[in-house]
Amino acid sequence: MAKQKKWELRLYIAGQTPKSTLALKNITRYCEEHLEGEYTIEVIDLLKNPQLAEGDQIFAIPTLVRKLPVPIRKIIGDLSNEEKVLVGLNIRTLKTQN
Amino acid sequence: MAKKNTSFPKTPTGINGLDEITKGGFPKGRPVLICGSAGCGKTLFAAQFLVKGITDYNEPGVFMSFEETASDLSLNLNSLGFDLEKLKSENKLRVDHVRIERSEIEETGEYDLEALFIRLNHAIDSVGAKRVVLDTIESIFSGMEDMAILRSEIRRLFAWLKEKGVTAIITGERGEKSLTRHGLEEYVSDCVILLDFRVIDQIATRRLRIVKYRGSTHGTNEYPFLIDETGISVIPITSLQLDYKSPTTIISTGLPALDKFFSGKGIYKASSTLITGTAGTAKTILASHFAMSSYKRKEPVLYFSFEESPDQLIRNIASIGINFKPAIRSKLLHIHASRPSLQGLEMHLLVMNKLMAEFKPRTVIVDPISSLITVGNSSEVRAMLVRLMDTLKMNEINAVFTSLTHYKSEFNDATVDAVSSLADTWIDLDNGQKNDERVRSLQIIKARGMGHAMSLQNFTITNKGIQFISNGKK
Repeated sequence: MAKQKKWELRLYIAGQTPKSTLALKNITRYCEEHLEGEYTIEVIDLLKNPQLAEGDQIFAIPTLVRKLPVPIRKIIGDLSNEEKVLVGLNIRTLKTQN
Repeated sequence: MAKKNTSFPKTPTGINGLDEITKGGFPKGRPVLICGSAGCGKTLFAAQFLVKGITDYNEPGVFMSFEETASDLSLNLNSLGFDLEKLKSENKLRVDHVRIERSEIEETGEYDLEALFIRLNHAIDSVGAKRVVLDTIESIFSGMEDMAILRSEIRRLFAWLKEKGVTAIITGERGEKSLTRHGLEEYVSDCVILLDFRVIDQIATRRLRIVKYRGSTHGTNEYPFLIDETGISVIPITSLQLDYKSPTTIISTGLPALDKFFSGKGIYKASSTLITGTAGTAKTILASHFAMSSYKRKEPVLYFSFEESPDQLIRNIASIGINFKPAIRSKLLHIHASRPSLQGLEMHLLVMNKLMAEFKPRTVIVDPISSLITVGNSSEVRAMLVRLMDTLKMNEINAVFTSLTHYKSEFNDATVDAVSSLADTWIDLDNGQKNDERVRSLQIIKARGMGHAMSLQNFTITNKGIQFISNGKK
């Protein structure tokens, strides 16, 4: 693992909508809490880069994509339910395993 | 926004015959819903709308597929002569496959489908699309949990499409109680078309019906449609009005001796002739004489053979001195052979109509029409024959039908019943017995608009075709 960040996340948004802002705030908080120093979050605004939606098969906004570790997981919505997000990203399991 | 007025703008559908039924095409700049059960041809229907839009009307298109991948789609449509890859490379078509994998998606909290809008918008703008297909947007329902969000988003999507001014086809899977499984018809209310695939007596027929077309008149019947190597064609089986022209020109039957039995020295152009007789009474031979006479006038002949293959027909006819080969070589004679049980009556009619439109014959021979009865019940047969005759008359085509009857004077066959009243000329052939010999005879039962010989005319079949025995008794 060394320098390589273990967790690579991408958040797709479309402009600074309340839902998107909330989603970013939520995921940053969860990551700080559970994955400190081991993650990156890349925010992609589809209004600026519409061509990027196809690649990750994005159709809903906001969508959080876990690029790493594989397999790819997607969580749609403002990520307000912490439990669901952690389970969805498989974070808790990892924590307890460590 | 398009307003409902006398000049309701429409977009040609690119589907043969559908523009006639819809009186000009789909509503321009509005969504159209195509629904039907699996395998009824929805995707093809939508694809043809796009492809023809590009090739025939110079309107670029976007195909958003929720089911098939872009490469599968190209492959599948290639077999129907649509080259999606070429159109894509010319930058006239965009295919976007939206894959929704339930297993890798979790939902939590509020969201919307804005990304789908952005993708669609990006695709539309990148090719300047005027036509859009969403096939099948309903699959989004199976991939997502929050129905309330989906419903309101889909409603927003359709409104957005209208605002964008594109003519869109949205396909939907047939539901049990409603037209589509998720009630898309509630949102797309301008034009709804239902496709159906039915099997009756082991014969499959595809049908199309316009359920709804707001602000426009349209045909309300079920119309059969055909999927073949050139895509979909719908043949509107239209007006059964009796308003066709009736030429007064006389043409030959192909047998000068037979012409003499009619007071007009032949039969009327664009009339229909029925030849009946039991097995082996030379119906096909007589029909071939008709075909050759048309060929001699340099008029194209379309010969529908439902019992013999073209080769067999050519060989058999050659044995009595009628040579079809030069006629075929000069492209004035086209023989189309198919098994009656290959498809339903409607389909036969469709194929016949299609060939007639392609080949533009002046004479059409159907040999024998009675074999078509094996694929339909008598009311269907009659309806089909009326339509066929109507088409022939409207196009001023000479028609010859042969029909097999079962033993003498029992004219109760459905086909004979149906045709005889519609046919202008009716010739009955018979094999009589005299001493130890069979005697062939011909009788004109009716000839509309002219007098005819009343007596039985004996004839023989020589190596020069039919020869009448001029001094024969009777």
